[in-house]
Amino acid sequence: MNFETMVFYGFAAILLFAGFRVITTRNPVHAALFLVLAFFTAAGIWLMLEAEFLAITLVLVYVGAVMVLFLFVVMMLDINLDRLREGFWDYLPLAAFVATMLVIEMAVVLGSRSFGLDIVPAPIQHAADYSNTKELGRLLYTDYVYPFELAAVVLLVAIVAAIALTMRRRKTSKYQDPAQQVNVKRADRVRLVSMAAAQPSSTKS
Amino acid sequence: MAFLENLFGGAWPLVWTLAKIIAIVGPMMLAVAYLTYAERKVIGYMQVRIGPNRVGYKGLLQPIADGIKLLMKEIIIPSGANKILFVLAPVLTIAPALAAWAVIPFSPELVLANVDAGLLYILAMTSVGVYGVIIAGWASNSKYAFLGSLRSAAQIVSYEIAMGFALVGVLMAAQSLNLVEIVKGQAGGMFSWYWLPLFPMFIVYLIAGVAETNRAPFDVAEGESEIVAGFHVEYSGMAFAVFFLAEYANMILIAALTALMFLGGWQPLFDIAPFNWIPGFVWLMFKIGFVLFLFLWFRATFPRYRYDQIMRLGWKVFIPITLVWLLFVGAMMQTRYGYLFH
Repeated sequence: MNFETMVFYGFAAILLFAGFRVITTRNPVHAALFLVLAFFTAAGIWLMLEAEFLAITLVLVYVGAVMVLFLFVVMMLDINLDRLREGFWDYLPLAAFVATMLVIEMAVVLGSRSFGLDIVPAPIQHAADYSNTKELGRLLYTDYVYPFELAAVVLLVAIVAAIALTMRRRKTSKYQDPAQQVNVKRADRVRLVSMAAAQPSSTKS
Repeated sequence: MAFLENLFGGAWPLVWTLAKIIAIVGPMMLAVAYLTYAERKVIGYMQVRIGPNRVGYKGLLQPIADGIKLLMKEIIIPSGANKILFVLAPVLTIAPALAAWAVIPFSPELVLANVDAGLLYILAMTSVGVYGVIIAGWASNSKYAFLGSLRSAAQIVSYEIAMGFALVGVLMAAQSLNLVEIVKGQAGGMFSWYWLPLFPMFIVYLIAGVAETNRAPFDVAEGESEIVAGFHVEYSGMAFAVFFLAEYANMILIAALTALMFLGGWQPLFDIAPFNWIPGFVWLMFKIGFVLFLFLWFRATFPRYRYDQIMRLGWKVFIPITLVWLLFVGAMMQTRYGYLFH
């Protein structure tokens, strides 16, 4: 067993452990943090496959942005474990069905017929100056430009929809117009009054 | 060198890498310590005070004394806190700040890991730093800490986008993600540096860098007048000091990145005789020092932003500016003036 295999099994073990803890841990915040760990180790495995662009993008997008927002929401939950446990047995048959389907589908796709070592060989070791990123960019904008643009349009629609959902405005919310704030002159807020000095009245000491 | 290689045998690459890491982190920690001193002195003089002047000659031993004081203090873990995460949070804050230094080049040869996707790596590492803040706030089981961490998370996520777009501009100009290549692309005097063709991005990056490190005027995460000290209010002793170290290490990192990507890195101010006698390392340090001085200057000058102002600036001002400038640079590169943007 060479060093690389050892590192792979190390990462794989951590990834499986983290993935397992995501669904078994009681505290949602812990679950989210285990998911972060899982993403990180997955990125490590991708690095070993010489896919450094994908690996770093995984960390950047999922760990750096998506999970932060996730954690943001999860942290504010009122964790009531009894309520979470409620209805476990009612959902179990449906969940078991979905899980079985997932396993079967994965088995079909990832079976040795289409994912064996003879079909997907180990990545070729490239020289240190080989740019994975440049190669990926070239492929995306030439050979796969239509799927890429399609994905971009789908994402754009999703963004527009998400923003449109937030467009409702409550009547009670207070809103400040920044342009108005910036344009305020001193004369609008304070009045300079010139008045004669007054003597304090002599009745009080 | 050959003798040492024989001595360690197969473990030599590991030992050599460790030695290089120590050679970067050691001086970094010293720089962090003296940045706190510089901050107190600079802001002191800006506010017509003297600043620390009791410990050592002109107060030069003050950071050491502060360090020893914090080391001797007890680390109190609040009774309702989540102990593991509470202790993990400072580590998670400082680790990315140090890990990012792996790809920072100090000269064309002097870099720990000259990885090809260096710029992406930097972006990924700086975006991971927010976890320490979030976890610290949540694990403390304190309202103030929690509010601080929420503010910080929202702010960092907002400014990261503008920061990323600014880096895309650098990527377009340099046509490489490798930091050494980026600096090499800026050869030839201060008017070849990328601050000029990417001027709006330079400004956006600088300001987003201040926001990303939670420094004044973007320090609502700490906001001592509203939420005591924000996310690290429950921390004491060395655990608190680690947050402090991470903040300053991040400041130096952002300053170094600004220097490398927009201010020509180790390239001299003008590529003529008296200027290019000075070694590149000195130029780089000088530029980092300049950006750090700006950081301190901002803190002494500007009042704190209100939360809604921060969000407006990040989303409605910076992101459109960077997007428009990306389009502009991209379009200009196709014309015959394209050489101005490389």
